[in-house]
Amino acid sequence: MSGLPDAEALCTALIGQMQGRLPSDAAIVGIVTGGAWLAERLHAALGLATPMGRLDISFYRDDFGKKGLHHQVKPSQIPFEVQDRHVVLVDDVLYTGRTVRAAMNELFDYGRPAKIELAVLADRGGRELPIAAQYCGASVSVPGGQILVLERGDAGRFNLQLSDKRRERKPANP
Amino acid sequence: MINPQLNERGELQHLLTVEGLPREVILNILDTAQSFISVTEREVKKVPLLRGKSVFNLFFENSTRTRTTFEIAAKRLSADVINLNIPTSSASKGESLLDTIDNLSAMHADMFVVRHAQSGAAHLIAKHVGAQAHVINAGDGRHAHPTQGLLDIYTIRHYKQDLSRLTVAIVGDVLHSRVARSLIHALTTLGAPEVRVVGPKTLMPAGVEQLGVRVCHDMREGIRDCDVIVTLRLQNERMRGALLPSPQEFSKAYGLTSERLALAKPDAIVMHPGPMNRGVEIDSSVADGRQSVILPQVTFGIAVRMAVMAILAGG
Repeated sequence: MSGLPDAEALCTALIGQMQGRLPSDAAIVGIVTGGAWLAERLHAALGLATPMGRLDISFYRDDFGKKGLHHQVKPSQIPFEVQDRHVVLVDDVLYTGRTVRAAMNELFDYGRPAKIELAVLADRGGRELPIAAQYCGASVSVPGGQILVLERGDAGRFNLQLSDKRRERKPANP
Repeated sequence: MINPQLNERGELQHLLTVEGLPREVILNILDTAQSFISVTEREVKKVPLLRGKSVFNLFFENSTRTRTTFEIAAKRLSADVINLNIPTSSASKGESLLDTIDNLSAMHADMFVVRHAQSGAAHLIAKHVGAQAHVINAGDGRHAHPTQGLLDIYTIRHYKQDLSRLTVAIVGDVLHSRVARSLIHALTTLGAPEVRVVGPKTLMPAGVEQLGVRVCHDMREGIRDCDVIVTLRLQNERMRGALLPSPQEFSKAYGLTSERLALAKPDAIVMHPGPMNRGVEIDSSVADGRQSVILPQVTFGIAVRMAVMAILAGG
């Protein structure tokens, strides 16, 4: 898709921003699905000792009443003590901020973190909540009504894609 | 055939029976339940999915475990739970079932969890409320107890993973057991190759073979080489007439003892829907033994009921 930045380059830029900025016991938590893929990369590149976590925020969505439960909810995994920890939430694209709000709510149900930061590959603007990313690959402008998502292709290569409004991410290999 | 449980979009509107439930719907419930297990293991065992919804527990028949686990499930989803003790309510003053429901609907009930001694009670309520509320059958007469069947299948899948090679024996009072019926439907829908029902002729419903099970009247033959043994409670309170000489006679022929359990596969699991009659359908040495998964069944039951409620409310 023309006009969209190279996701691999954004990932490298993001790692550069975060390097040396986190305490040694910081934890990375990826929001399923795209954010968790990105979190895997960041976790490996930053060499953090704390195992990474995954959040599926389906149970915390504020549009549950309208949209119902997402099929194939994955269990959230937080394999470390959240209490008093510096946590970096990771998502692929920051848009309204509602997903991040839901993720923060879920995180607090595991304990009281010392600090939460947000890292995203792309910020497309359009916030509906007072939320900002501390680490951001790039700002991307996206036409209204379109969805920007991260895809993971063969050999795990990242790629940003635009698509029309839809509820669910397509299977990796349709 | 119209399935009253599904709405026009094929989504679950009520859960009344496992019979006729599409395979994908069952698998979705089991997978969602798995996600709720992790919720119940954390610091705050609550998610906000059903915040502001009212769940009415309507138990026209006694139950402790089922009512409590439904209550816990609803509370972990942040719903408001109202327990109606029917024997002391208006129903005992002569109010009809549907009048009770209309009154509760006027109080803006979102979900009814119904247990009733009459088969079909939950269907009747579901037909009456339609799309206005969701109805979960928590046991109707001898007919169905779908969340128990689903938690049983969840337990089997948890310990045995692949259902397609399993031999499952359901032992005891099959005649009065809505648990057995719901589990049989779940097992056959998910493709378990061999399901046996084991018990005396007098406690076997007529035509049970048509559900796709093998009938055994000999306990040793019935449990030989099984992967899963589900013992059923001898339902003395539902017995009419002389179906059994005595519980002791039944126990001698069909009670699950350690010696009999040795005929099953060495890694076979033993289940029981509770409450147990120790020394009748199951010996204490088995119920408390290493192969027993009876208490995990209770824990999984909460997650399965959370999944059902979340899927219904989101439909």
